[in-house]
Amino acid sequence: MINDMSPDDIDGEYKEATLILYGNITRKVFFSDREIPYPDGKLIVSRTDLDGIITHVNKSFVDMSGYEEAELIGMPHSILRHPDMPSVAFKDLWDTVHGSRKWQGFVKNLRKDGAYYWVKATVIPNIRKGKIVGYTSVRRKPSRTKVDESIRLYSSLTE
Amino acid sequence: MPNIFTVSPDFTPSHLSGWYIFNTWLQRATNEPIRLTLYDNFFNQRQAIEEDVIDLIYANPYDAAMLVRDKNFQPLVKPEGGHDEAILVVNVDSQVQDVADLKTYSIVAVTDDPDVTMMGMIMLEAGDLDNNNVRFLPCMNYVLVAKQLIQGNANVGIFLAEAFDDMSNFVKKQLRVLVRGQIGIIHHSLMMGSKLQEKHDQIQRILLDMNNNDKGRKVLESLGFEQWLVVDDEEMEFMIDLMDTLVTGD
Ligand SMILES: Cc1cc2nc3c(=O)[nH]c(=O)nc-3n(C[C@H](O)[C@H](O)[C@H](O)COP(=O)(O)O)c2cc1C
Repeated sequence: MINDMSPDDIDGEYKEATLILYGNITRKVFFSDREIPYPDGKLIVSRTDLDGIITHVNKSFVDMSGYEEAELIGMPHSILRHPDMPSVAFKDLWDTVHGSRKWQGFVKNLRKDGAYYWVKATVIPNIRKGKIVGYTSVRRKPSRTKVDESIRLYSSLTE
Repeated sequence: MPNIFTVSPDFTPSHLSGWYIFNTWLQRATNEPIRLTLYDNFFNQRQAIEEDVIDLIYANPYDAAMLVRDKNFQPLVKPEGGHDEAILVVNVDSQVQDVADLKTYSIVAVTDDPDVTMMGMIMLEAGDLDNNNVRFLPCMNYVLVAKQLIQGNANVGIFLAEAFDDMSNFVKKQLRVLVRGQIGIIHHSLMMGSKLQEKHDQIQRILLDMNNNDKGRKVLESLGFEQWLVVDDEEMEFMIDLMDTLVTGD
């Protein structure tokens, strides 16, 4: 259901990695060293169903990810998964929201064109009539110091 | 007992008479006794909500969660084009070109508008500033925020975009926009309490129909927008979820 990335979409030089996603699905990704700065004053918003399948994205999400809205809706949220992100971060995310709590963390996301962008993400469960019906994530601009700290931390966790 | 209607204390002062006109209009249109009661500040208004005094409210998004989840309020409508956005502003001569240039313990001039301050603080977070390492300079209104910046008493100010944009050129020339928020999802809404519950759909229809006659259009004009748009329960829940991700503390 989630396709490999295509080298044709990548801007400039790139490396290759194979991610093993939830349910043992593998995905070949191509990524470059190009960072896209987080746009000032904006929030990047998405919602998923209970399984992390994207159901809603806002315009900033579309602009930053490099995908069209139609390419995102119905896809697992791991479509943005960058190989530099340690899987423990996402395990912590899921454990936290399954427990009806709020998760916050710094995330490096992979764009369709192979470039990346850092966000500070907050994920919460959407509770309706006492039941979790989905999840919402809202990202804001992270500070450079926090990004640098996260780079150090995550590289020690992915080695 | 009339229904008590109140308006979020951050309303633009020039719309004060508009809210009284709207109250009179709504009373006639719905055939319900409605009395507009205004509060000086958010604290007093929240206390009235807490004591179940309020039946109808033009609410700040910051209070929406409490109104819906603790007090069983239901959304009715929002003004067209009426998103709340915040801007960070500095003195025109300030050395600060980016939020990252602001130092810890910077002085931040703010009003008591809860949603605007929250959105402004989110923009400051990109410069490692937060509630624990800034000094707030509380101001009664945005004119005073501007004044504190111009006089050099604050390093940065948080404005409601609309309030900043409406300032005179003379004032704006002495200031510089550092970051302009473009969130586009957070808005005030007209909401009603459980006492009026049975009339929800009827009142909502009346409001949505307002721009279809001369009298209604005039009333809307005095409030500064052209029409009401529907806010259903799920849109309100979505906004509350969003606010939830933005409030600091945990
Ligand atoms: C609301 C929500 C938003 C998410 N946003 C992202 C995201 O922006 N980037 C990302 O890599 N993972 C995100 N995730 C986590 C993914 O669902 C997934 O767990 C992660 O990419 C790791 O992939 P895996 O779980 O298949 O190993 C999000 C999850 C939820 C519930």
